[in-house]
Amino acid sequence: MKALYNYLKEVAFAFVSLANGLLLTLKYFVTPWKSIITENYPDNRDHPSVADEFAGEVILIHDENNEHKCTACTLCQMACPNNSIQIISKQVETEDGKKKKVLDQWVYHLEMCTFCKQCIDACPQDAIKMINSYELSCFDRSTLTKVLNRPGSKLKEKAKVTPKVQE
Amino acid sequence: MENQTVTPSELKTEEFVVNIGPQHPATHGVLRVEVTLDGETVKDVLPHLGYIHRGIEKMTESLGYKQSIFLTSRMDYLSAHINNHLCALAIEKAAQIEVPARAKAIRIIMDELQRLTSHELWWGSCAMDIGAVTPFFLGFRDRERILELFEQNTGNRLTMSYIIPGGVMNDVRPDFVPKLKALLKSIKDYRKEYDQLITGNYIFQHRTQGIGVLSKEQAISLGCTGPTARASGLSCDIRKLYPYDGYEKLDFKEVIDYGCDNWARYVVRMEEMSQSIHIIEQLLDNLPTGDYRTKLKGVLKLPAGEYYQRVESARGELGVYIVSDGGAKPYRMKFRTPCYSNLGAVKPISVGMKIADLMANMATIDLVIPDMDR
Ligand code: SF4
Ligand code: SF4
Repeated sequence: MKALYNYLKEVAFAFVSLANGLLLTLKYFVTPWKSIITENYPDNRDHPSVADEFAGEVILIHDENNEHKCTACTLCQMACPNNSIQIISKQVETEDGKKKKVLDQWVYHLEMCTFCKQCIDACPQDAIKMINSYELSCFDRSTLTKVLNRPGSKLKEKAKVTPKVQE
Repeated sequence: MENQTVTPSELKTEEFVVNIGPQHPATHGVLRVEVTLDGETVKDVLPHLGYIHRGIEKMTESLGYKQSIFLTSRMDYLSAHINNHLCALAIEKAAQIEVPARAKAIRIIMDELQRLTSHELWWGSCAMDIGAVTPFFLGFRDRERILELFEQNTGNRLTMSYIIPGGVMNDVRPDFVPKLKALLKSIKDYRKEYDQLITGNYIFQHRTQGIGVLSKEQAISLGCTGPTARASGLSCDIRKLYPYDGYEKLDFKEVIDYGCDNWARYVVRMEEMSQSIHIIEQLLDNLPTGDYRTKLKGVLKLPAGEYYQRVESARGELGVYIVSDGGAKPYRMKFRTPCYSNLGAVKPISVGMKIADLMANMATIDLVIPDMDR
């Protein structure tokens, strides 16, 4: 008799526990807005909810005069763990006849970048930063290799005088 | 034709070898398990590794110390912060770098949030392995909110490379604390839903209770750590035994269960989630102000010698052994990952069980395959 009672109790408990779980499903069925975290992705393209801090890709900061702060010191290239950065520099002669190294091409291999921000951290001039772009897919891998300095851009003069002191 | 009568006892049964994986949804990654079956009973389990071996230990030998940090996020990608923390701690110990108080607090908050995400994901996938689908979505939903917070403060969602030698990469946003407080409140509500949906579920309880018994002796001899070993009654929480970065000042409980079975492992992980929330809450109200990192030299060099550091990851004891020859690159960096040792427990707890229980066993041990293979 006791065994039968226990058995029936267990069966009843089983049903109650299952109903309990289904109740939660039902709750979300009738009030679905309580747990929506998905986004209507292509529709909300003009106001995406990507955080500003999201590390999407590296850019070289240019100001309105098309000037950047990169001195071609290659510190970022050395800090990068997987050689995603190639700094190609060239020697130019200034007016007073001195030879000077300036940036020729800031080559960025987005396809290899792991978004670790070591390059941003290493740059003594704060010349580069990460932006939150997220639609990075493309058909051809070679289009992901970019030259970041814009054509005709040149070094901002003031930045050279006050380099950030590195300990 | 001759009529033959065969009694059941004369029937010969043959053992049958089934390959589960490497591309099987129940193994959560590229793990191949060779199972010898007699009918539905498991006779032998032989895991095959190496499908996602990337040679991380070897790669670190050609990278600098700072650069190796980003590789460690790719070992156990579900506890990337904790892996970064391990590497940062080892390097700080070797180079004797002081870490500001704010950085230490942020690190612990991130570690515990990472533990929460990891356990939430485990909760969903564990229930899915046992046969329930809804928890998977709920687990991912709740993890998503924490990942959003990571995205806002660290810049990345999965492989952060945020904790670096000397502190953290960047300061948290000003709205980090209020957002996290709201998040913790909702996580507590979610915990109730978890209990309503799965913990109290009759089928789930019967699928886990008394199944996959790993005795304390076995856990010790196999080198199991983390929730897997703590569910067998073994006290092995590194946060308590070898505290780092201020865990000694915090009040939290080491969750130990003596059930030894799948159910005990489930209970330990669920309780650990509550403890993680408790730890974060203590830090949030008086988050130290000040620097978030110590600026280091561009190229980091460790004095020659050997260093070992361990942390408690979401799956168990994670250790790194660094041999330095005084140069800018490590001579050898060896990682002791929890999943590799915990994998050894799959065979002893599954032999003699049914094949459906093997899935449940593998689910509650919480294996992350890239962590084993490295
Ligand atoms: S984010 Fe990391 S991987 Fe990408 S370019 Fe910078 S240093 Fe290299
Ligand atoms: S981006 Fe910065 S670190 Fe890289 S070469 Fe230019 S100045 Fe140097």
